[in-house]
Amino acid sequence: MLHIKSVTCIKQDRCLFADLNFRLKSGQIMQLAGPNGAGKTSLLRIIAGFSAPDEGQVMWQGESIAKNYDEFARELLFIGHKTGVNNQLSAIENLRFWLQIQGYDTDQELYSLLAKIGLVGLEDVPVRTLSAGQQRRVALIRLWLNDAKLWVLDEPFTALDKAGVAFLQQRFLTHLEQGGAILLTTHQDLTTHFAHLQTVTLEYRH
Amino acid sequence: MLRQHSYWQLFSAVCKKDVQLAFRQRAEIVNPILFFLIVITLFPLAIGPEPGLLARMAPGIIWVAALLSTMLGLDKLFRDDFNDGSLEQLIASSYPLPLTVLGKVVAHWLITGLPLVLMTPLFALLLNLDSQALVATVLTLLLGTPLLSFIGAIGAGLTVGLQKGGILMSLLVLPLYIPVLIFATSAIDTSTMSLDYSGQLAILGAMLVIAIISAPIAISSALKVSVS
Amino acid sequence: MWKWLHPYAKADRAYQLCNTLLPYFAVITVVCMLVGWVWGLAYAPADYQQKDSYRIIFIHVPSAILSMGAYSSMAIAAVIALVWQLRNAELAVIAIAPVGACVTAIALITGAAWGKPMWGAWWVWDARLTSELILLFLYLGVLSLYHAFEDKKAAGRAASILAIVGVINLPIIHFSVEWWNTLHQGATITKFDTKAIDSSMFWPLMVNIVAFAGFVGTVTLMRLKNEILQREKHRPWVRQLLNRG
Repeated sequence: MLHIKSVTCIKQDRCLFADLNFRLKSGQIMQLAGPNGAGKTSLLRIIAGFSAPDEGQVMWQGESIAKNYDEFARELLFIGHKTGVNNQLSAIENLRFWLQIQGYDTDQELYSLLAKIGLVGLEDVPVRTLSAGQQRRVALIRLWLNDAKLWVLDEPFTALDKAGVAFLQQRFLTHLEQGGAILLTTHQDLTTHFAHLQTVTLEYRH
Repeated sequence: MLRQHSYWQLFSAVCKKDVQLAFRQRAEIVNPILFFLIVITLFPLAIGPEPGLLARMAPGIIWVAALLSTMLGLDKLFRDDFNDGSLEQLIASSYPLPLTVLGKVVAHWLITGLPLVLMTPLFALLLNLDSQALVATVLTLLLGTPLLSFIGAIGAGLTVGLQKGGILMSLLVLPLYIPVLIFATSAIDTSTMSLDYSGQLAILGAMLVIAIISAPIAISSALKVSVS
Repeated sequence: MWKWLHPYAKADRAYQLCNTLLPYFAVITVVCMLVGWVWGLAYAPADYQQKDSYRIIFIHVPSAILSMGAYSSMAIAAVIALVWQLRNAELAVIAIAPVGACVTAIALITGAAWGKPMWGAWWVWDARLTSELILLFLYLGVLSLYHAFEDKKAAGRAASILAIVGVINLPIIHFSVEWWNTLHQGATITKFDTKAIDSSMFWPLMVNIVAFAGFVGTVTLMRLKNEILQREKHRPWVRQLLNRG
């Protein structure tokens, strides 16, 4: 589905990675590893289409994403360092807004979903009053609310407790079973066993 | 999981969110108006309170104050969305970005421009404008302040990724405001002479149409650069 | 368009193109400038009203024309940069900007100097001078935006967007200022009467315009070469070039 074709990224005169090639197929999960500053986030942002690679292409279903970005965006779920949660609004308002801008139906069981992820009673308070882990959960609920094929997640486990991490990985499994693909960075090891786990390691280059 | 593609839903969601946020922190709405009011108060103190002189200078004073007070809100227009990552979500949405941007600019106008238009009678009173000039002032502000929002949003989009974008944005945007200033003040001037000023209004209207069509595209590409 | 441009999408080809063009531009500049200045300043007849002070038009008019010309070429480069995603065109935008700003400043300064004997004041809110001043602001906006970005790739694109926005606004600004001027000052002295200028002054003026165009072209090409080298300094072809001396 996703094909990274000789992608090069140069930032501030430093070559982060050059001529990077890999493919991600339906049902596969890929973990990007590497030390801080190796360019993991930069790579994710290139794959999500926010920045253009200095050389090479990102192909989705055989087509360059730069050519038909709207089509690709429909199949993409991106959750970055900055989670896209407005901390003045409540969890419910944030989710409704997100559903609307992604074109989903907003009449969904948001309350029961919030309960499932452990945010009972916190649905209507401004997100800024929640703890870091709870805020992260609000952002991650999107994983239950989309039909995107490709998930691109930058450090999804940050600030989550053990139960949260395990719960998230269960969700990964069902997504993969349904034919999705996941690309993520994490410094933690994945605790669940994934049948089709690939690891790409980016070295720190000087 | 149902996906309905309704451009109206996107537009209203984006617009509503910003207006809602502004109403939660009322300062965002109140401060530009207070700023406008204070700037207008400064002029009689600086140049003297003589009614004739004030009425003569009123169009210029009102419009320069309007330019400055819209600048206040512009810096915040995309800043919060940029900082919390919402901008990335908006770009990665399956909707066209110019439409999203249109929603945000309209919200900005509702928050900063519309209150100015509504407050005009008060300003007219302070600056000794007669009723003819008052009507002209309201009309020019009605056509001109959305223009300020559209043009200003281009500057805001270009500078949102920068640490100290605020002053730079004013440098980029203020020269582009000059035609609006010229035609708006001249319309008010003409009205005080009891002449027909529909020509100036037509030009402002034409510029507004051009801005509505072309500015969202420029703003979107500016935002994409800022996010990259 | 693309076919024609494509070979120069590569930085080394663009660099070579600059090298080939540079001597022609330089020669045109030097020859025209010498001819134009000597002709205009020494041989062209004095104006019957303004005496010798009119001779400043041999600098003022070319720089005013080129200030607009440079802005348009910058905007064209910006369109190419954004539409065809050509990095070299981005570099061209940023190569032209300071040159254009300088030419605009020259036009402003000579305009003010000319205004002193004509109007008795260094600065008069004449339509042309005011437009020129706003043009300078637009140039400075592009430049300061470019330098505010740390990431030079983003900087180039941001500057390109602003240049295009500016060029769309430029006619509107020009028209509005012109209109504002007639509104507020009625018929003030304009520097050019509509009557054609005498051919004994016209031809040296033309030569000077060509000289200025050549000058802007030369300096831009030199700056462009520099920008290309700076951006591509890690590439093998630049290293080879440096090793050769």
